Amino acid sequence: MRNKFLVGLYSDEDKMIDGVRKMRENHLEVYDVVSPFAVHGLDDALGLNESRLHITGFIYGATGLTIALTFMSWVFTSDWPLNFGGKPHFSFPAFVPILFEFTVLSASIGMTLTFLLRSGLYPGRIREKLDERTTDDKFAVVFRINKKTTAEEISKMKDMLQSSGAEEIKERDLKRHY
Amino acid sequence: MHAESAVRAPLIYGNKTYHQITEDICRPIESKPTRLYLITITFTALLMTWGLFMIGWTVWFGIGTWGLNRTVDWGWDITNFVWWIGIGHAGTLISAILLLFRQKWRMAINRAAEAMTIFAVICAGLFPIFHMGRVWLIFFNLPYPNSRGPLWPNFNSPLLWDVFAISTYFTVSLLFWYTGLIPDIATVRDRAKKKFTKWIYGVLSFGWTGSAKHWQRHEALSLVLAGISTPLVLSVHTIVSFDFATSVIPGWHTTIFPPYFVAGAIFSGFAMVLTLMLVARKVMNLQQYITLEHIESMNKIIVLTGSIVGSAYITELFVAWYSGNIYEQYAFANRALGPYWWAYWGMMTCNVISPQLFWVRPLRRSVWFTFFMSIIINCGMWFERFVIIVTSIHRDFIPSSWSYYSPTYVEISIFAGTVGLFLTAFMLFAKTMPVIAMAETKHILRISGDAQKKAAAAHSHSHEDLPGSIQVH
Repeated sequence: MRNKFLVGLYSDEDKMIDGVRKMRENHLEVYDVVSPFAVHGLDDALGLNESRLHITGFIYGATGLTIALTFMSWVFTSDWPLNFGGKPHFSFPAFVPILFEFTVLSASIGMTLTFLLRSGLYPGRIREKLDERTTDDKFAVVFRINKKTTAEEISKMKDMLQSSGAEEIKERDLKRHY
Repeated sequence: MHAESAVRAPLIYGNKTYHQITEDICRPIESKPTRLYLITITFTALLMTWGLFMIGWTVWFGIGTWGLNRTVDWGWDITNFVWWIGIGHAGTLISAILLLFRQKWRMAINRAAEAMTIFAVICAGLFPIFHMGRVWLIFFNLPYPNSRGPLWPNFNSPLLWDVFAISTYFTVSLLFWYTGLIPDIATVRDRAKKKFTKWIYGVLSFGWTGSAKHWQRHEALSLVLAGISTPLVLSVHTIVSFDFATSVIPGWHTTIFPPYFVAGAIFSGFAMVLTLMLVARKVMNLQQYITLEHIESMNKIIVLTGSIVGSAYITELFVAWYSGNIYEQYAFANRALGPYWWAYWGMMTCNVISPQLFWVRPLRRSVWFTFFMSIIINCGMWFERFVIIVTSIHRDFIPSSWSYYSPTYVEISIFAGTVGLFLTAFMLFAKTMPVIAMAETKHILRISGDAQKKAAAAHSHSHEDLPGSIQVH
């Protein structure tokens, strides 16, 4: 029962978004929407919180900057001070290019890894699909069905999917979470 | 739904549906390679193999196999390095800067241009790496604890900045490209019929489903990566120009170099994108996605960056004269009238005069003319780097050590080999991955598609017959 889903497939993303809004107004918990591209306005309709990925990006970048600055300063002022034509050992302007590059490098690697990790994406990850066409041209509104879900609720879900323009409604019982 | 004015021409022609977009873009991947494809890729792969063999030859016998001498110690190698890095810049410009400026026309070309960036940076990297001579000691560039003191690399040196800039640029471009590809690989995976194909695209798609939360994070990631790639792409060629600008060589020691190099990089990069995409759109039948509007927009950027490059050349000449410094003046007189005059005038003709032809609208919209010009610009930008590097150093401080440099067959073969590597990699990419960002194209279909535009035009006709309103056919 854990991985049982009720799926409604739409061809039109506007109908799908209106449907999701109505379902949530009617106190149905829409579990997910699976779509072939990022549909604008969907986050709002689903009531998703804003992603905090950009905050992690800032943290990774700031960490990279600090590491690079500390390291270069330590090398040139205390570990092995070299005399370059009598110029100051701590020559900050000359550090700027590497500081910038290392900040960008840390932020982008960190953010990408966080994105993959949080979304459970990695090479070779195989997921069972709700429907093959959701990466092509279909938008799937997904309800999760568990022990507490009553038959009444299920029929309400089906009605709402039907009335909002879902072309196909089906129950999927997956071995694992999709 | 956000609608766009009918005055703007559609970006996707042919009344497409989402499914039709998937079909059109996946067709080249799913169909058998044609005879022409196999012949071309065999040729480019042979060229690449020959280049790699000559790289091996260089490593075995040393840099003495090149035409460099005591005076001219940077020749074709650094010329090619800067040329390839410049070509790479278009990809990041298209996908990062145009994303920040919300230019929807980028969607048809961004994926292929990003792939070009990655292959071009690989080609570029080979030159300084093998110019080191003892390539097995390449790790000396990296700051790692060592038994020489430890003695660290010089963090104040533009050459080390370059190591950081190029490797960061490569990594960030790769991440940007691949995270963008993941949803499209998933589409190919879900369409695949054969077991092996399904498996391999399954592995590469990282198990992408298209869940709403994943899309939200994906969008956030793309936006931030674009935001940080924008200063990054400007910094990379700025740092490449520092290799020259921070030296005391007349002709190199100029403050104009960073903006001039960045503009030149975008100029040559767009030319290369046009060269490849004009062929790809024809061969892969993508004329409805890469339209004349796309070509025209790219040509407009070529006019802009070409004009910046042209004014930079003239500013340089003026400043050399105005400085009153005889060595600086000589460096520029020698460029135009010295033994390398042919390179200088080649550069001037290809880069300053020819892009100005794109002020004429019919020429901007002519596929053949654009293709021809893109080749001319690629040659011109190669000449530019050759002029900057070789003519500035071949007559150095003591006239007794003045010399003339010409490349040997080894250098020419390595350059030809990198062209082979670039084309082979691009062709493999075009046959195995969606060359157009499918998910993004579907996203703009309802905004910039044919049907939407016609509906918008009909709408405006019925409601407002304002004087001066533009008719769209």
